[in-house]
Amino acid sequence: MKPIPVKTIGAALLALFLGAARAADTVKVGVLHSLSGTMAISETSLKDVLLFTFDEINKAGGVKVGGKPYMIEPVVVDPASNWPLFAEKAEQLLVKDKVSVVFGCWTSVSRKSVLPVFERDNGLLFYPVQYEGEELSKNIFYTAEAVNQQAIPAVDYMLGEGKKKFYLLGSDYVYPRTTNKILKQYLKSKGIPDSDIEEIYTPFGHTDYQTIVASIKTFSGGGKACVISTLNGDTNVPFFKEFSNAGLTSENCPVVSFSISEDEFRGLPAKALAGHLGCWTYFMSIKSPENAKFVGDFQKWLLAPKVTGTDYTVAGVDPKGRVTCSPMNLSRMGVHLWKQAVEKADSFEVDKVRVALVGQKFKGPAGEVVMQENHHLVNTAFIGETLPTGQFKIIKTIKKVAGEPFSAKFLGAN
Amino acid sequence: MKSSDYISAPPGTGNPARREPWVVAFIAVLGLVVLPLMNGAVPEGSAFHLSTFQLGVFGKYLCYAVLALGVNLLWGQTGILSLGQCLFFALGGYALGMHLMLMIGKLGQYHADIPDFMVFLEFPKRYPSSGGLPPHWIPFRNPLFAMVAVVAVPAIVGAAFGWLAFRSRIKGVYFSILSQALTYAATLLFFRNDFTFGGNNGLTDFKTVLGYDVNLPSTKRALYIASAVLLLLVYGFCRWLTTTKFGLIQRAIRDSENRVLFSGYATAHFKLFVFVMAAVIAGLGGALYVPQVGIINPSDMGTDKSLEAVVWCAVGGRGSIVGPILGAIGVNALKSYATHSYAEQWPYFLGILFILVTVFLPDGLVGIPARIRSIASRLRPAAQPTEPTPPAAP
Repeated sequence: MKPIPVKTIGAALLALFLGAARAADTVKVGVLHSLSGTMAISETSLKDVLLFTFDEINKAGGVKVGGKPYMIEPVVVDPASNWPLFAEKAEQLLVKDKVSVVFGCWTSVSRKSVLPVFERDNGLLFYPVQYEGEELSKNIFYTAEAVNQQAIPAVDYMLGEGKKKFYLLGSDYVYPRTTNKILKQYLKSKGIPDSDIEEIYTPFGHTDYQTIVASIKTFSGGGKACVISTLNGDTNVPFFKEFSNAGLTSENCPVVSFSISEDEFRGLPAKALAGHLGCWTYFMSIKSPENAKFVGDFQKWLLAPKVTGTDYTVAGVDPKGRVTCSPMNLSRMGVHLWKQAVEKADSFEVDKVRVALVGQKFKGPAGEVVMQENHHLVNTAFIGETLPTGQFKIIKTIKKVAGEPFSAKFLGAN
Repeated sequence: MKSSDYISAPPGTGNPARREPWVVAFIAVLGLVVLPLMNGAVPEGSAFHLSTFQLGVFGKYLCYAVLALGVNLLWGQTGILSLGQCLFFALGGYALGMHLMLMIGKLGQYHADIPDFMVFLEFPKRYPSSGGLPPHWIPFRNPLFAMVAVVAVPAIVGAAFGWLAFRSRIKGVYFSILSQALTYAATLLFFRNDFTFGGNNGLTDFKTVLGYDVNLPSTKRALYIASAVLLLLVYGFCRWLTTTKFGLIQRAIRDSENRVLFSGYATAHFKLFVFVMAAVIAGLGGALYVPQVGIINPSDMGTDKSLEAVVWCAVGGRGSIVGPILGAIGVNALKSYATHSYAEQWPYFLGILFILVTVFLPDGLVGIPARIRSIASRLRPAAQPTEPTPPAAP
């Protein structure tokens, strides 16, 4: 348990009384991430990086519309990992607070829950976490990795390494199911027979991986096999423990995980995963001046978090052992792209910003991203090898991968 | 002596029974007529206008209040603490949700005749004869069948579980644990994509209810009014039940089940009947909840949600009939407010509230007037000299 933040509660109350006086014009934006409940461990980091980005933009003069600067004023709500509450909070942000844009959601089910709300009230949502695709709403911009920006590059890499057998292991929910379905079709098109593809799902919170690891061991007998893992959260710990107990290593059977980023390693033992692979459009270890600035500025901001130019009081930020990861980078990309689009459209109106967003470019930590007409980014994909420190060593870079939500389109092209 | 002489008000309350019909009538008019009029008839921009969003949120609270009444019927009136009531709430929700899913038609992402999740899970391969629709989904095309299922499915599941549990004389904390296990098992089952109910994502993106667009303010208003009517009916039913002989036996079971048993009553049958009633009430609440919030998924039947419902009853005052309604609406309104205004701190606020209520208000919010009266009566003779407190033992 965290200690009760007496100071921040006091500061919040004080701000409430003093809140009337304010200098510059502001534009309200919503932050819709779970700060309590099961998803809080992942989503709180996204809330932090969003507030950091607002501060970053405000410090540089805010968002300029009609020749006037507007400071970004966050409206942070807590949908508490409760999917119906996500819909209620989304509507509250759009209808009551009249925010210009919302940044939020992690799980697919939360996005599915708010999608009708954003379409009904004509809102604008930026979604930053790798997902299964098969969806395209005119009111949502997906800075997230689509399947062809994460899973397909990873499988291509494995094929290039001479792997011929694929064990698809995932938690039983829509993202692994859809990803694996697409991968199976893709692998078939690359000449991998059905008999060399295994597809297994385990329930949430599953801990007993003995049987599964035993079957992986048999499957990987010839040394030509790899595991493509979409296992979620905590279940990775018993899986990888069992995996190394059975004498399997990244040498004889590498595992590529799609759901483990640097931020997850704050809660997972990285040593058990060392040598195994990850695939994202961003790693904290990227060497670029933009990334050095992003990581450095964020670490500095964590020590004295505030949103310049507003009377919003930042609370509940833990500065210890913080890292950056792909969903965090993509959250930040979303804010910058939105700011540029607003300035291009010279308006906060959703219909105008939506048009202006298409074609927006931003040079981020992982290279330049471009927002396409299909509301997904052209981005760079990286394959990384897990280090015992919880960081990734980049072993392959695939430039300019255009995100495509509908698998029928990119599978057809192959 | 009439049996109604035994009908005691909840412990601690005075005699507000004579005032109660007026209070209820006033609140019913406010909830059923004034609020919808403020939404539909008062023009937007007026200070008295109630937004459709706000009305929708109220509608959700009313469904929670229905669920809380069911919990109270079991816990407050009969002494059976079920920690799995949300299972029945969700089953009712799923039953109506299935119908709403089938009514989406070709408006989904894939423009197919079957719900989207059935397309990407390749159901047409599994169920080729029905175009991908699992056989148990087919009758849900009929809205009447769905409405019957809203009542029947929770009733059947409740009856089966209740029969096994009460017949084996499982009581008290053991029953609570079993009911929790049941709803947990059901959650895991519904999470599975192979179980054909949409897995983790559940059922969502509904377009129409009985042919009306779910997004229209008038539809939302109608759903709100339906929830208010349902709550009023369930309230009336629970109220009426306390005045009957059945209600008397209920309370006798609560206070001393063995005595009732040895008096020759088959308590298991009474308990089973109450359990099934509570399940049906929960199912009805769930069915109206789903079109209003737009989603039903396995997390809605989780153990934590069922525990929340018990907390509403405790906060409002279990045993009384108004208490659970007050608790459900009050706690959820507070949650709605705090998750917006104090996004980072609200769990502390709510936690402190629950601790304060359990420590200082064992009868919940409805117990406050009696509490004040008892404190006042204790203060009056306070003029008498008080004995010095003995020193604490070393």
